[in-house]
Amino acid sequence: MSMSLYVQNRELVTPGQLLCEGKASISTPTTVYCINSKCYSAVVGLADIEGDKIGVIPLEGFYYPKVGDVVIGVITSVGLTSWEVDIRALHPAVLYASDFLNRPLNPGREVLSDYLDIGDVVLAKVENVGRGRTITLSVKGKGFGKVCKGSLVEISSAKVPRVIGRKGSMLQLLTNECKCEIIVAQNGRILIDNCPSKDFEEIAILAIKKIEREAHISGLTDRVKEFIIKEKVRRGLFVG
Amino acid sequence: MGKGGIKLIEGNLRHDGRRFDELRNISMTVGVLKNSNGSAIVEYGRTKVLAAVYGPREPPAKHVLLPNRAVIRCRYHMAPFSTHERKNPAPSRREIELSKVIREALEPVVMSELYPRTSIDIFIEVINADGGTRTASITAASLALADAGIPMRDLVASVAVGKVDGVLVLDIDEVEDMYGEADMPVAMAPTLRWITMLQLNGVLTHEEFIQALNLARKGIEVIYNMQKEVLKKKYLSIKVEE
Amino acid sequence: MSVTPSSEYVVPKLKSEVMISMLSKGLRISGRRVDEFRPINIVKDYIPNADGSAFVKLGGTQVLVGVKFEVGSPFPDTPNEGNLMVNAEFVPTASPVFEPGPPDENAIELARVIDRSIREAKAIDLSKLVLVPGRRVWNVWVDIYVLDHDGNLIDASSIGALAALMTAKLPKVEVRDGGEVVIDKNVKTEPLPLNKAVVTVTVCKIGNYLIVDPDLEESVLSDVKVVVAVSEDGLITGIQKSGHGYLSEDDVLAIMNIALTKGKEIINTVKNILTT
Repeated sequence: MSMSLYVQNRELVTPGQLLCEGKASISTPTTVYCINSKCYSAVVGLADIEGDKIGVIPLEGFYYPKVGDVVIGVITSVGLTSWEVDIRALHPAVLYASDFLNRPLNPGREVLSDYLDIGDVVLAKVENVGRGRTITLSVKGKGFGKVCKGSLVEISSAKVPRVIGRKGSMLQLLTNECKCEIIVAQNGRILIDNCPSKDFEEIAILAIKKIEREAHISGLTDRVKEFIIKEKVRRGLFVG
Repeated sequence: MGKGGIKLIEGNLRHDGRRFDELRNISMTVGVLKNSNGSAIVEYGRTKVLAAVYGPREPPAKHVLLPNRAVIRCRYHMAPFSTHERKNPAPSRREIELSKVIREALEPVVMSELYPRTSIDIFIEVINADGGTRTASITAASLALADAGIPMRDLVASVAVGKVDGVLVLDIDEVEDMYGEADMPVAMAPTLRWITMLQLNGVLTHEEFIQALNLARKGIEVIYNMQKEVLKKKYLSIKVEE
Repeated sequence: MSVTPSSEYVVPKLKSEVMISMLSKGLRISGRRVDEFRPINIVKDYIPNADGSAFVKLGGTQVLVGVKFEVGSPFPDTPNEGNLMVNAEFVPTASPVFEPGPPDENAIELARVIDRSIREAKAIDLSKLVLVPGRRVWNVWVDIYVLDHDGNLIDASSIGALAALMTAKLPKVEVRDGGEVVIDKNVKTEPLPLNKAVVTVTVCKIGNYLIVDPDLEESVLSDVKVVVAVSEDGLITGIQKSGHGYLSEDDVLAIMNIALTKGKEIINTVKNILTT
């Protein structure tokens, strides 16, 4: 079982670039493809090599919903028994009234727009991704449902893993330093709430945008920490 | 001496001073538009084209959707001010043919089977035309697709070889195209060595065709390396020590 | 805008598997060899009102080509040449998927490929079609009418165009003082001045196999084809790769060899048919 490797870990690769030859285990089947025993990158991204597992982390791209993903959606259309929700995926998702209400809807006496109207924001889970276009959401569970307050930041969904960080370390840093509640959804939307002040909220937003820009450069965690401290100093937020 | 009284070849040089196997000055930029998912501007000498990619997305016309793959929609269009004489903005037969040829040059590499029932839209506008617009367009569209993060088996690079005063030359401009004897645009996915576009407008002998194909491949490899560099350049900035 | 076409015809999997396995032995389901054209039938002078015409049958494909001459003005950059215009219509009778309307990208591509093959080869001596230098010339209209589609529309159309041009006769024309040109359409005079004959040869790829003159099912199974225009003196006068597939360099070189050989054969066949 031999495999020749042609790239290094974290090397910037382009579509068509030969990654390896021989028996390989591919960790990212949508950004790596193989012909015969040669595997190539399909996107512009960073080669991710861990043991004998090869993948490419895309630097651009859009959101692919997977069952179980936490997403932040925006209601775009109200139907009779369901809402259409934009989750920045290839197709809009659907949220059924019966899921939202946890009981069947009474169509004669209830109107869906009373519960969720166009423009409302929801925190949901991806329940099902059907063949073709159907993405079904669920808001069952603690904390899910309509979002009434907070600030929404949008980033490229390809950068979400960097905002979370290895074992959640980056998100931990942001939460501790900015002292806000931060929910990072898989579809590239981030909710920031309950910050001590507007300044802290702004610092959190700026830090997240910095992570999105510099996602591909190593040493990001330290730089982000440095950035937050600088901002706090600049705004006079340190006491003593 | 070519038609029109223009001396196309003088010794070892062409009318603009280039060697036979020399490309024009080529420049490429990606991510130039804010709204599209991917975009690129490519210049071959004075030819300048803009490519923008939207998608995968739901197209306005649902009936074009395919159940097992994304549909690719491609429009090649010349801006009215792009040519010497103002060009009527309505699509000409040439633009219709080229839209098809360009789409077919990119179809084999785009992994469209990953996005059933969506549309990947490629819009190409020729801003200034000086020969080689379809080849610059394919090169630009390929960059725009990569910029949009759409998975592809390889990039596609394209260049035209011409025959001018009996000599095979690389990357012909408009003058060489008008007064030359042949114009052969070629597009390839170079790592995979796939030919995805091949046309000939003019006359070649069998032997000339083989030589022209070789010359095209050499030019394509140079252009391909430039595409890779420009895609990486977007991300390479100050390296920070770990 | 060009859109990925949907596959209107579906070749049943069992049939397509048989076709590919036969190809591995160099055979096609019709019994033809991979480098064999279907029999070519040509009826010349099919349309009395046209100045030249031919009806071509290539297997089940049926194409009608009409040539009409008109007096017109030369293009500004070619004041001492006549004009050639080629148009193609995919008539709705030809296929369940052809809809009425202006020519679509396939019809436009076919017309332009055939136009280029004739024009670039200088098959017609356009300089001999001048009536009043700089002011009045012959316009040669070639209209291709695809009536029934059983694959390889381009080669059938190219054969039809060649036959129609070879049998076309210019109407009697009188140039009066003052430059006025009067045509008498009822009197035919000399043939169109042709330099050389040109045809297209279509080679398509199915799996790893190259075949010429695909019929309808073979066209549907194949995802890439190359149309090569060949003149009787062995020159390549046009190339068009078509379809959403790709080719290797070896494929392309093999295709050129096939096209140059078959092109000469087809031209000889056409000439033989027209002289009997």
